[in-house]
Amino acid sequence: MATIAPPEPKRSSGSGGNEARLPPLDGYGGDDGRGGPAGLSLRRYYTGMWFALAPIVMLFTAFTSAYVVRQGLSQDWTSTDLPSIVWWNSLILLASSGAMEMARRKARGIAGRSRSGMVAWPDLSGSLRRWLLVTSVLGMGFLAGQIEAWRQLARKGIYLATNPSSSFFYLLTATHGLHLLGGVAALLAITALVARRLTPGRRTGVAVTAIYWHFMDLLWIYVLLLMTVLR
Amino acid sequence: MSEHHAHAAGHEAGHAAVHAAPAGFVRKYIFSLDHKVIGIQYYLLALFSVFLGMFLSLLMRIQLAWPGTHIPGLGTIAPTGGAGGIMTPEMYLSLMTMHGTIMVFFVLTTAPQGGFGNYILPIQIGAADMAFPVLNMLSFWVTFLGLITLLAAFFVGAPLSGWTAYPPLSAIGEIAGPGQGTGQTLWILSLALFSGASLMGALNFIVTTIDLRTRGMKFMRMPLTCWAWFITAILALLAFSVLLAAGVLLLLDRTLGTSFFIPAGLVVNDQLLPHKGGSPLLWQHLFWFFGHPEVYIAILPGMGAVSQILSTFSRKPIFGYRAMVYALMGIGFLGFMVWGHHMFMSGMSPYSALAFSVLTTAIGVPSAIKTFNWIGTLWGANIRLTTAMLFALGFVSLFVTGGLSGLFLAQPSIDTYFQDTYFVVAHFHMIMGVAAIFGIFAGTYFWFPKMFGRMMNESWGRLHFWLTFAGVYAIFLPMHFLGVVGNPRRYSQMTEFDFLKPLSGTHVFISVAAIITITSQLIFLFNLFYSMRRGPKAPMNPWNCTTLEWTVPSPPPHDNFGGNPPPVFHGAYEYSVPDAAEDYVMQTDSRTVVAGGKH
Repeated sequence: MATIAPPEPKRSSGSGGNEARLPPLDGYGGDDGRGGPAGLSLRRYYTGMWFALAPIVMLFTAFTSAYVVRQGLSQDWTSTDLPSIVWWNSLILLASSGAMEMARRKARGIAGRSRSGMVAWPDLSGSLRRWLLVTSVLGMGFLAGQIEAWRQLARKGIYLATNPSSSFFYLLTATHGLHLLGGVAALLAITALVARRLTPGRRTGVAVTAIYWHFMDLLWIYVLLLMTVLR
Repeated sequence: MSEHHAHAAGHEAGHAAVHAAPAGFVRKYIFSLDHKVIGIQYYLLALFSVFLGMFLSLLMRIQLAWPGTHIPGLGTIAPTGGAGGIMTPEMYLSLMTMHGTIMVFFVLTTAPQGGFGNYILPIQIGAADMAFPVLNMLSFWVTFLGLITLLAAFFVGAPLSGWTAYPPLSAIGEIAGPGQGTGQTLWILSLALFSGASLMGALNFIVTTIDLRTRGMKFMRMPLTCWAWFITAILALLAFSVLLAAGVLLLLDRTLGTSFFIPAGLVVNDQLLPHKGGSPLLWQHLFWFFGHPEVYIAILPGMGAVSQILSTFSRKPIFGYRAMVYALMGIGFLGFMVWGHHMFMSGMSPYSALAFSVLTTAIGVPSAIKTFNWIGTLWGANIRLTTAMLFALGFVSLFVTGGLSGLFLAQPSIDTYFQDTYFVVAHFHMIMGVAAIFGIFAGTYFWFPKMFGRMMNESWGRLHFWLTFAGVYAIFLPMHFLGVVGNPRRYSQMTEFDFLKPLSGTHVFISVAAIITITSQLIFLFNLFYSMRRGPKAPMNPWNCTTLEWTVPSPPPHDNFGGNPPPVFHGAYEYSVPDAAEDYVMQTDSRTVVAGGKH
């Protein structure tokens, strides 16, 4: 397998003369692989994931401001009692984050070994797959629980348009659920890929999926807080 | 992430991201992953949209100058709104809505960022492609889908509620008027698709700029174009998700009976609506929190291109490079804090209005820095008046004209009078409309040789410039006076009002100017397509410019640098360097030492 270590930079002799000199590789915030073939660095996956969280934050900020304004300006706001199942769902989601963290650490462990030229440990790779599957199953369990929460509300006659509070309950849970569904899809995809062959790119895939998954967890806690504190 | 990840992971990812040159027609030109093809796709989409948008404005101007006149063919293309060739007021409003939406989103947001940004940014920073090529392709095709969805509204009745879609009009459905049923729903879906596409695009721009710069391309060596695209992408990333949120709420109000925006006790056409307790002002806040940054999303890339072009054709370094960067940041930052100036008349507290007013006026500071530095760049320069340069100068002129009227509108007391008059129409067309369009034209004449490998015709270009430059002033300058008199916007005819009757001559003048200006755009269209096929072959660096896109063939090969991106040694604007062999020093020039240059 070809190595892709970037070429050693020719450094300036310091005389400031006219001889060709390559600018230094380090020292201004970028990474070594810059400018090579676009994929030389995997840093972009991390950068991309962190920045991808920004619009999600803005989406929920917009909903929050609508929530606060809508609650403040009318007399028709009736607090919606959260269905009891959402607390169980929250536990499931927290557990899934734990499983995701285990998977992330397994993936990182394997990366460390293969870099020194050793063959990845098959048992680690197996447990990585298992933890990923556990995360997906817990994620789907959470989503099923959220649907059950909607059904509980609906049985009490509380629908989307019943009152503004219930509108926001359905809106926020659905928006969060859709985002989590995307996370589950990503998890299943990365699990399938990892099962076929564990490559460095796929390890990165596990790591950035973990960022997203933990963020979904935090976002759910935020949604819960919003709907319990500002009832 | 730890370092060893990057190294160990390189092979696989490199394989995935640096895609091989595609073979078949479909993969090469339709579902292409190449940022250059995608850039041209965006550009052509915007080109189609701008001519469609201009055609709609042409119909509106005919109606405004000669109200109720018979327009040949109108009955055929619009059997309901234009029956018998006479335009109904409802049709006028639908034309206005579609004109605004098409122009703001599918032209002003699409061409400068999606078009030029996609094509030029990766090359200018020395990358083989965008960071996520598949995402890039996806963002174009979702934009395309958004346009198709919007155009579909023409066939079911286009909405009437303007590009701002204020509720309750936009929220209550068919009962509000023709086009407010399916047409308005399609409008919302179109904007939701567009928002999603813009988010994907913005993410790609940001990551590309941060992670894919070549060796030596420090942030402070980037061309100002890259800075402008980068900051625009950040604005888009933060603003479009808010539009998306507003759109979701509006859609729920329309289709599932919620009451986010619709107040209680609303009676429309003698029918009491079942909604209760919502607030139309909530929509205005959400919309303008997006809407004002959107103005800068449209104009910042133009500022970047104009800085690049002014410096190149003045053969001088851009005056105050760092100040230009910080001014871009300042405009972007302040842009998020001024949305309330669109709502002075909504009954907001005078104290809030004061705060929004002060912040809005504060945008004048970075804007003035930019203008001052552009003039500083031109000062004492050996100016080459190419067509690209003419359009860049035109941009500065229009930016100043449009910006100054903004200072009037930023005062709540003056805005109270000017609200919803032609003064506002004149202001935003000057600065957001034609100034940004001039940025696009400047970019087209400047980068065309790189994009298509041939030169555009300069004589036709100059003719196009002078007709357009005189034309847009002839159209929009008189509108200020209409606004001072109190001529309201969005009216399909003014003949009903005695105080507006003396203004009919001005409306005729504006319409004639508009017809001439729109017609003269055919010169541009002809020049563009003729030069693509028949123009003289373009050399690698026809303008003697310093940035990286001019170090590769015209047009550049599939992966830009043949897998070997050059290291960078200089800032982007080293012109007229003393003792240098030429009057410009390429960013990749390792032999020339620039005293006081950006090392």
